[in-house]
Amino acid sequence: MRNVMEIEHLSTYFYTREGAVKAVNDISFRIREGETVCIVGESGSGKSVTALSVMGLIEEPAGKIVEGQIHFDGKQLLNLSKQELRTIRGNDIAMIFQEPMSSLNPVIPIGKQIMEPLKTHQGLNKKEAKRRAIELIELVGISRPEQIAESYPHQLSGGMLQRVMIAMAISCEPKLLIADEPTTALDVTIQAQILDMLDRIKQKANMSMLLITHDLGVVAEIADYVIVMYSGKIVEEGEVVELFDNPKHPYTQGLLRSKPIIGDRQDELYSIPGQVPNPLDLKESCYFHDRCEHCLPICKTKLPQLKGMEGRQRVACWLYEEGTHHD
Amino acid sequence: MSSYLLRRLLYMVLILAAASLFIFALYALMPGDFVSGNLRLSAERKAELREIFGLNKPLLERYGTWMNQALHGNFGFSLAQQKPVVTLFNEYVWNSFLLAIVSTFFTWLIAVIIGVISAYKQYSIFDTLVMIFIFAAMSIPSFFIGLFLIKVLAVDLKWLPPGGMTTTGSNATGIAYIREVLDHMILPVVVMTLLGVDSLTRYFRSNMLDVIRQEYIRTARAKGLKERVILYRHALRNALLPAITLVGFELPGLFGGSLIIEKIFNWPGIGQLYMQSFTVRDYPLLMGFTMFIAILTVIGTLISDMLYRVADPRIKL
Repeated sequence: MRNVMEIEHLSTYFYTREGAVKAVNDISFRIREGETVCIVGESGSGKSVTALSVMGLIEEPAGKIVEGQIHFDGKQLLNLSKQELRTIRGNDIAMIFQEPMSSLNPVIPIGKQIMEPLKTHQGLNKKEAKRRAIELIELVGISRPEQIAESYPHQLSGGMLQRVMIAMAISCEPKLLIADEPTTALDVTIQAQILDMLDRIKQKANMSMLLITHDLGVVAEIADYVIVMYSGKIVEEGEVVELFDNPKHPYTQGLLRSKPIIGDRQDELYSIPGQVPNPLDLKESCYFHDRCEHCLPICKTKLPQLKGMEGRQRVACWLYEEGTHHD
Repeated sequence: MSSYLLRRLLYMVLILAAASLFIFALYALMPGDFVSGNLRLSAERKAELREIFGLNKPLLERYGTWMNQALHGNFGFSLAQQKPVVTLFNEYVWNSFLLAIVSTFFTWLIAVIIGVISAYKQYSIFDTLVMIFIFAAMSIPSFFIGLFLIKVLAVDLKWLPPGGMTTTGSNATGIAYIREVLDHMILPVVVMTLLGVDSLTRYFRSNMLDVIRQEYIRTARAKGLKERVILYRHALRNALLPAITLVGFELPGLFGGSLIIEKIFNWPGIGQLYMQSFTVRDYPLLMGFTMFIAILTVIGTLISDMLYRVADPRIKL
């Protein structure tokens, strides 16, 4: 299968008064055509920054992509001018955000907001764009689309607004849809509906999807390929079945153990001890070592690199390196 | 909506009634009156004049008379000028309005443009220069800038007239008259704009800074819209919303005149008239003027609330 996007050695730093934060630290992965890739990780692991870097939405000068290449559709995104990048954003790569309530402009009617990318990228006139916007609103499962098109964001619920965001994102039939925790701000019943719809639309349009989430339930449901991030690094990746059946990295194992299982009541839910290390103070070591139950001497002094396992699975952990002895 | 308007009008009447009481009390309870300061008058003549002007009547009765006249559109009779207050206003207020409307227009135009660019390019050289200029302009008093410009542009370079509204002794009419007035208003308008523009620019800059950090601006970028569209369609409208409150406050300012500027440039505006009336304790005129400003203030507030309804779909009245 063809790759839609290849990300090579991407590093995005943020410069704060206390020093540089390596929010994304030398990560590489690819997204295949029609594939749903999920990035999972705790808050601050760099998953959202990865998505924003791909979109070219890192706010300079506070943040900056310091290294790497993003290949998309025969182009190298980081070499493009602002104008060239703009014609790709919203057109070939679209993004939906976590908070639908604050992600739509409060003073512009919803229909107009959906029409904007259609007019900008596809050159539709006002009438055509309006007709298409109404079709899109209907497509994302909202009834009375004409009336909704005239409404303002404050008149709709969070779930409806996220549907509107999706309608806006898919309006130009992008090759890649990036969804940054699209269901986190919504209540649970709505979450499932939104995810189902995203999955259905993705299948129908043969889009690829990059889904950012911290919810392993979501991952199990719709991911094809999973990337686990920790402190700006990829610690493990693989196809969803491989990863769920046979997690290699102690962090992935911990994440899966801390996921509640329906019908299996435990007295206390497992949680990984300790906390994410301070991103300003990362030493040459495995960033997970002080929370890891299998910590070896080498883990405290050297950063492990990603290493291929069976299938597409790769893991960055000294436990799987030859020459380091297991206990 | 109509019940809201009705309620608002009722409040306005109540507020104005209370304001009239305060205004009357302020001037009536101050020691001395129009007659008492005049040294050329004998005690008998003063008593006689007080009788004529109605100044010896009980306070409540005087308030009643004043209000009764005001309700009939008569804001009293200026003792010093011997003309009805309304007539005097009509003579002076438009001169003040001319300066105010032109300088307000330029103030807002410049403040919006510079504020937006400054916020968009925060901490750039342009932004830094603007901020320095603004602090400088805010720190220098208006009379100093006024006098300085008169000295340089009018006295030394003789480019512009130093003051007045027309050239002394001129009886130009038609186009020539208009050109003469335009010439004379350049300096006062420049000074008024300079003074107004700094705080307003800072206001727009900070509003804009708030707005461009909002998530819907990021959404607009993610849609691949042009920066110009993002700035003017998505950001500016949201940044202008809070300024509607200021529009309401501008209304009394448009008619209220400017004491210092009109004095410096010898502009025959209502501010000058007000100052003159103060020195001779022409209380009917002062009360009338203060009441006039009070009326404009409540109307301005109502207008800005109405404008909010038009501009912000989230607001229902």
